[in-house]
Amino acid sequence: MTAPASGSSSGAWRAKWRRVRALVLKEAHQVVRDPSSIAIGVVLPVILILLFGYGLSLDVKNVPLAVVIEQATPEAIDLEAGFALSPYFRPRITQAMPPAQLLLLEHRVDGIVRIPADFSRHVSSGDAVLQLIVHGGDANRARIIEGYVQGVVADWSARQSAAGQPGASATVNVQSRLWFNEADNSSYFLVPGLVVLVMTLIGALLTAMVMAREWERGTLEALLVTPVRSEEILLGKTLPYFLLALIGFALCVLASQFLFHVPLRGSLWVLLGASMLYVLVALGIGLLISSWVKNQLVASQLTMLATFMPAFMLSGFLFDLRSMPIVVRLITYALPARYYVALLQSVFLAGDVWTVIVPNTLALAAMAAGLALASRAAMSKSLE
Amino acid sequence: MNASAGEPPALLAQSLRKSFRRAEQAAPVAALDGVSLRAHHGELTALVGPDGAGKTTLMRLAAGLLRADGGTLQVLGIDVAGEPQQVQDRISYMPQRFGLYEDLSVAENLDLYADLHGVGADERAERYPALMAMTALAPFRTRLAGQLSGGMKQKLGLACTLVRSPQLLLLDEPTVGVDPLSRRELWDIVRRLVAEQGLTVLLSTAYLDEAERCGRVILLHQGQVLFEGAPQQVADRAMGRSFTAVPAPGQPARMLQARLLDQPDIIDAVPDGARVRFVRAAAAPAGDDSLRNLDAAAVPPRFEDGFMLLLRSHAEGGRSASISVSRPIAHTREAVVSVQQLVRRFGAFVAVDRITFDVRRGEIFGLLGPNGAGKTTTFRMLCGLLAPSDGALFVAGADVRSAPASARARLGYVAQKFSLYGPLSVQENLEFFASAYGLRGDGKRERIAWALRQFELGAQARTTSAQLPAGFQQRLAMAAALLHEPEILFLDEPTSGADPLARRAFWRRITALAEQGVTVIVTTHFMQEAEYCDRVAIMDAGQVLAQGSPAEVRELARTDATPEPSMEDAFIAVVEQARARSRAAGSVPGEQHTQAAPR
Repeated sequence: MTAPASGSSSGAWRAKWRRVRALVLKEAHQVVRDPSSIAIGVVLPVILILLFGYGLSLDVKNVPLAVVIEQATPEAIDLEAGFALSPYFRPRITQAMPPAQLLLLEHRVDGIVRIPADFSRHVSSGDAVLQLIVHGGDANRARIIEGYVQGVVADWSARQSAAGQPGASATVNVQSRLWFNEADNSSYFLVPGLVVLVMTLIGALLTAMVMAREWERGTLEALLVTPVRSEEILLGKTLPYFLLALIGFALCVLASQFLFHVPLRGSLWVLLGASMLYVLVALGIGLLISSWVKNQLVASQLTMLATFMPAFMLSGFLFDLRSMPIVVRLITYALPARYYVALLQSVFLAGDVWTVIVPNTLALAAMAAGLALASRAAMSKSLE
Repeated sequence: MNASAGEPPALLAQSLRKSFRRAEQAAPVAALDGVSLRAHHGELTALVGPDGAGKTTLMRLAAGLLRADGGTLQVLGIDVAGEPQQVQDRISYMPQRFGLYEDLSVAENLDLYADLHGVGADERAERYPALMAMTALAPFRTRLAGQLSGGMKQKLGLACTLVRSPQLLLLDEPTVGVDPLSRRELWDIVRRLVAEQGLTVLLSTAYLDEAERCGRVILLHQGQVLFEGAPQQVADRAMGRSFTAVPAPGQPARMLQARLLDQPDIIDAVPDGARVRFVRAAAAPAGDDSLRNLDAAAVPPRFEDGFMLLLRSHAEGGRSASISVSRPIAHTREAVVSVQQLVRRFGAFVAVDRITFDVRRGEIFGLLGPNGAGKTTTFRMLCGLLAPSDGALFVAGADVRSAPASARARLGYVAQKFSLYGPLSVQENLEFFASAYGLRGDGKRERIAWALRQFELGAQARTTSAQLPAGFQQRLAMAAALLHEPEILFLDEPTSGADPLARRAFWRRITALAEQGVTVIVTTHFMQEAEYCDRVAIMDAGQVLAQGSPAEVRELARTDATPEPSMEDAFIAVVEQARARSRAAGSVPGEQHTQAAPR
């Protein structure tokens, strides 16, 4: 009777390595042949890159704006021209308030600038009043539009003064300056955040799904009754998707540098190190979820809910964490994506700021270690 | 290896207990209730018993996949509960649904298991050719496992578990859903391994003829061992009680069978070739003449007779499983299903190739054929679920191509896989299907009450369908298909994976339905069951190879060597002859029938 190697001899390690290699190879074959893995691992990141880089934009431009000119005086027409020439507005002229209000109600314009009938008279006396109504559906956008309108008006009054006219509506001096994003180009802000989404998708969603699929199709039942150990099954799942996630990461970084010309002010090594840590965290979550939920559909929905949605909404990638209510902000501390976004934004836009890098990296490392231990404990070679 | 007296048995269970908690019930259900049994080295041991007897639970416990609640279980002398990995390093296990990786090729699946079992290159060079020869999979090495037929998948699963010589091989219902040809091939492989290499095998099966060929059987029933020993001992229990009777000329065997089953002293009756085999509750006393009006003869008992005797002493049910429809249909003998030169293509692949047959009212018509022969595709066309590519198709007098909706209202269909709503209760499923068939008010209530009564589902009315045992699910599916009182009933492999008791109950209902004028078209892998049919057609590679009454089809295989061929002999002979012809004509063997129709 041949005793199977169970000691810590080199033969046992070689057998172990061979089993892990077999599992990784199997997984690689499956990824290459399974359209859904390719879709999540490669097609989705590419679509997201294009969508976020070109399609989605937080910039406020070409705002449809109703301009009510109640009396066509030269001043009113000149002011309207200021809106028409601005790249930020697409004005529509009406002669009275009611049609403009209708446009706003139908949300065909984002705001109304009313130039009253007595505007020119008040301009000469220096107490001109303009009425501005902005659609408040999106508060951030509303505030930006408000600023832009003031800017146009300030421009106009400056031109008026230069032309020798007395100061119009009190000189508004809008001083706007944005840090890190001087060009106010949202792809600077969005593309680094995109890395988080891609890594979350591959790390957590894909991993949870392929694991749940093994339970669903019964492939794991036969696999469990072999010399394979639980940690080898975990390793066999971790390695291929870790590599796949790094490919997605490389795609995003290349796109950020060569397609969207986002600056990379910190070092590439810090970026890579932080990203590897985050992938490990995402993999841990995916494996943990699939050890509880053995159904692909439920596993994918749960993973979306637990990782992708928070990474999207609560990581500081789209919405500023500081403007969130305190309860929500406290929740964000439990989300790994929060730390990763902080790292990404720092490395891409500000540089190697060690006071940001060190605590966030430590948080990610702690989470990765905790999740690795938890998924090892959850993965038992049992059907119960 | 010496089987010395001191060596522990390959598997030894003592007062083994295991229960599962179901969501609905407060008390856990005992799957194994104090089971003590053993399996010996170098022997083929079979686990038999009805659904829910605990066969799969025992297999999983032996494989270290479940943890027992009590008792001890030693596999190869190792305590499984304490050292599951030690056991898993030594055994091979083939679960009921062997999880092949469908997007890996045949060779890649084998390599994966060889790597996991630590089989070296030298050993592979020696073993692979043998495995390939044994399973006849050599021509398909590069084919993806997902594209193999059901029988070939099972053979590949078996090959994967045999990449190394296990000290114990566990096979959980390896032949479920496998056609007679593949089943025979699988058995040849297993028996050769036991005979030539002294392999120790424990397998569970629903086929009693398979159990009969094993060295040792263990009969489980409701988590307890009813019998353990040689199969001959089981058969011997029916000594002097087994008979066969010949039905009156022109009468189908199933009529005589139904009449016999109604006699209280007869425990079991099944069609057996042209005759009906039956088992009496007690050996006939001297001078007994209760069989005098029957053309009956005593026969040596077989395993199945003893098995039924044993089970009947512990379980009731299935005997009274008759059925009565509220509106019997007049027997008019006209053809209600007419198929002429029917063709269905999927791209370049011809799934159904110019088949022609008629089914008359009140007939039971059996479609037999290996996996992938085109039976399910034919069924779907008959039900109007799939458009024919060519040919004519009349169901209940209507051309299915032009009037599928009106034809569909007059037929019922039970799919191969349980296709009711798992999360709904029995009652809710019936109500949904009644509404879907347009039943309302009193009519609907009446039909649902009828279904619950006729299929003995009353006690389970509130149970979630997904949690019902397989036999009950099958009854529910049939009840749902009969709610609207269809004239024609289509049943696609209704008895696959069902235990012998459930199968008998099922056929009693089918026989009763046919008596009352319902036309039944059925597919099955149990050739014995073909005897219940009035006529059968054998299909392979999309073509009808033979059709006629069971007697006529059996006649096709009559040779000097087999003067009384069984339906299984006839089936194998017909299919093999046709394949030999197509090989001679130059098409690649096994190529056509391996492509399953898209689901």
